[in-house]
Amino acid sequence: QESQGSGLPEYIKIVEVGPRDGLQNEKVIIPTDIKIELINRLSKTGLPAIEVTSFVSSKWVPQMADHKEVMRGIERHPGVQYPVLTPNLQGFHSAIAAGATEVSVFGAASESFSKMNINCSIEESIEKFEEVAKSARNMNIPVRGYVSCALGCPYEGNILPAKVAEVSKRLYSMGCYEISLGDTIGVGTPGSMKRMLEAVMKEIPLSALAVHCHDTYGQALANILTAIQMGVAVVDSSVAGLGGCPYARGATGNVATEDVIYMLNGLGINTGVNLYTVMEAGNFICTALNKKTNSKVAQAYFNTG
Amino acid sequence: AFPKRVKVVEVGPRDGLQNEKNVVPTPVKINLINMLSDTGLQVIEATSFVSPKWVPQMFDHTEVMRGINKLPGISYPVLTPNLKGFQAAVAAGAKEVAIFGAASELFTKKNINCSIEESLERFKEVMTAARTASIPVRGYVSCVLGCPYEGKISAAKVAEVSKKMYSMGCYEISLGDTIGIGTPGSMKEMLTAVMKEVPVGALAVHCHDTYGQALANILVALQMGVSVVDASVAGLGGCPYAQGASGNVATEDLVYMLNGLGIHTGVDLQKLMDTGTFICNALNRRTNSKVSQASCRL
Repeated sequence: QESQGSGLPEYIKIVEVGPRDGLQNEKVIIPTDIKIELINRLSKTGLPAIEVTSFVSSKWVPQMADHKEVMRGIERHPGVQYPVLTPNLQGFHSAIAAGATEVSVFGAASESFSKMNINCSIEESIEKFEEVAKSARNMNIPVRGYVSCALGCPYEGNILPAKVAEVSKRLYSMGCYEISLGDTIGVGTPGSMKRMLEAVMKEIPLSALAVHCHDTYGQALANILTAIQMGVAVVDSSVAGLGGCPYARGATGNVATEDVIYMLNGLGINTGVNLYTVMEAGNFICTALNKKTNSKVAQAYFNTG
Repeated sequence: AFPKRVKVVEVGPRDGLQNEKNVVPTPVKINLINMLSDTGLQVIEATSFVSPKWVPQMFDHTEVMRGINKLPGISYPVLTPNLKGFQAAVAAGAKEVAIFGAASELFTKKNINCSIEESLERFKEVMTAARTASIPVRGYVSCVLGCPYEGKISAAKVAEVSKKMYSMGCYEISLGDTIGIGTPGSMKEMLTAVMKEVPVGALAVHCHDTYGQALANILVALQMGVSVVDASVAGLGGCPYAQGASGNVATEDLVYMLNGLGIHTGVDLQKLMDTGTFICNALNRRTNSKVSQASCRL
C-alpha cells in the first residue's frame, strides 16, 4: 500500500523502545513509579507498541531490576502491545508470570558481539531462543526477533549483509513474527542500509521487517528514509532519543521518536501517533532524568519564542 | 541513482559564525578558513560585506578577506547585499560573491525592509557590476520550505524567485530551508517545481537541521539529481528563530553520509573534524556534529 503513489508505505508502525532500550542505556537509574508513569503516558499517544522492560538478571542490567513491578504496574491499553525482552527460557517464564503477552529475543550478526554481550556464540544463542520460541508457540505468545550489528560491529567492524540475512532467516524460521534489524552503533549510511536490506529481503518477507537505527553518527533518519523507500513499514525509535551509546562515550544512541514522526508526518505517512503528546512524555522523562532531550523537534518546539 | 560527485559548499565561517552568540576575533576566523582550505573543500564562504551595525560578527570582513591564504582551485565567495558591499568586497580581493533573495514577502520585509521585487531590483545593480568585472554570482533563496512569519511557502513561489535570480545571471541557486522545517515530502515537492525553471546542475540545497531533518532532506535532493550541498563545519550557527535550537547541518555528518554512499567529495573527514574541534574550542562550545561527538572514543 503506497502513500500518494510515492512508493512509500501508507502506514508505518512505530515501536517505542524508550522504556527498555532507552532507559537501559541511561546512566541514571529511575524509580519504578516514574517508569510506570512514562509508559502510561506513552500508552495515550497512539503508539501501537511500547517495549516495557527486560526480564534479564539485574546483575547484568541493573536499570531493569524492577521488571516484574513495572510489568504488573502499567495500564494496559486496548490495541497497544507491550513486548518485553526475554534472553532465555527462565526470563520467558518470569515474564509470562508477570503478565507479559509478547516477548522479544536478541540475536546478533557478529560472533564477537555475541560473545562479548551474552558470552556465547551466535549458534548457541539461537538454540536458547529456540527454546523460548517453542514455549511461546505453545502459549500463543508472539515473539519478535532482533538482529544487532546489522550495519557494523564495535569489535569486528564491517558486517556482511549475507550474515545479517542468515541470522534473520534463523530467527524468522523459528517463529519470530517480525525481525528488527539494528544498527547498534549507528555507523550505517543509506549505502550500507540499502545493501543490507537487499540481502535480507531475499530471505524474509518485507512485511516482517523492521529497522532499529541509532543516531550516533547522525545518519538515522536518512537510513530510515532509505528503508521505507524500499518498503519497510515498521520503525523502532525512543522517546526523546533516550539511551546513549555504550560503545562511544558521550555519543547519542537511539533515534528520537519525535523526529521520526515529524518526518513521517511530512511525508504524509500515517502512524496513528500524536506528536505533541509524545513530546510531552519526552519532556516528562527528561525532567525525571535531569537531562536535555535528544530530540531536535522537541528542542525546536519548546524553544520557539 | 545518486550523483557520482558532490560539491560541498562550506558556509561555517559566514552563515555559521554569523549565527553564533560569541564574536570570534579576526585571527581565529582567518585560521579557521586556512584550516578549511586544507581539507579538500573547494568552496568556502569567507565573510559578509554587510554593515557591522546589522551583523556585528562580520565586522572584520575586509581584514578577513585580505588575511586568508587563497589557495588555487578554491573559491572564497562573500555575501554582498548591495552595490556598496560588492565594491568593498572586490576592493578587498573577492573573486566571487553571493546575493540573498527569499521566497517569502514577510521574511524579506522583516529582514531587509523591502518587498521581494524591490530586493531583486537592488540585486540587478550588483549583477551588472559583477558581469562587468567577470565576477560569478551565487544566488540564495531563503524560506524555501517554510517561513517563520508566513508559515507554508508555495513551491511555485520558490520556483518563480529562483527563475528570476537565475535569469539575472546567478550561476547557481542555493535553496535554503531557513528554519529547518522541511521534510523529504516538502523537499521533493519544492524541487520538482524549481527544476521546471532552473536546470538541476545549477541547483544547490542549504538545509538547516533544526528539526533533525537535514540529512534526510539532502538525501532526497541527491536522489533528484542535485549535486551541490551547503553545510557548516561542526554545525556552527544556531537558529535565530528558535532560541537554543540548532541551525546549519554539520559538514562532518554530511561528508560521512556521502562517503557511505560512495559519492566523491574530495574532503578529508579527519582534517574536517580537527577543524571543527579548533573552532569549537575557540567558541567555547560543544560541536553540533554527531560524527565528531561519536569519534571521541570508546
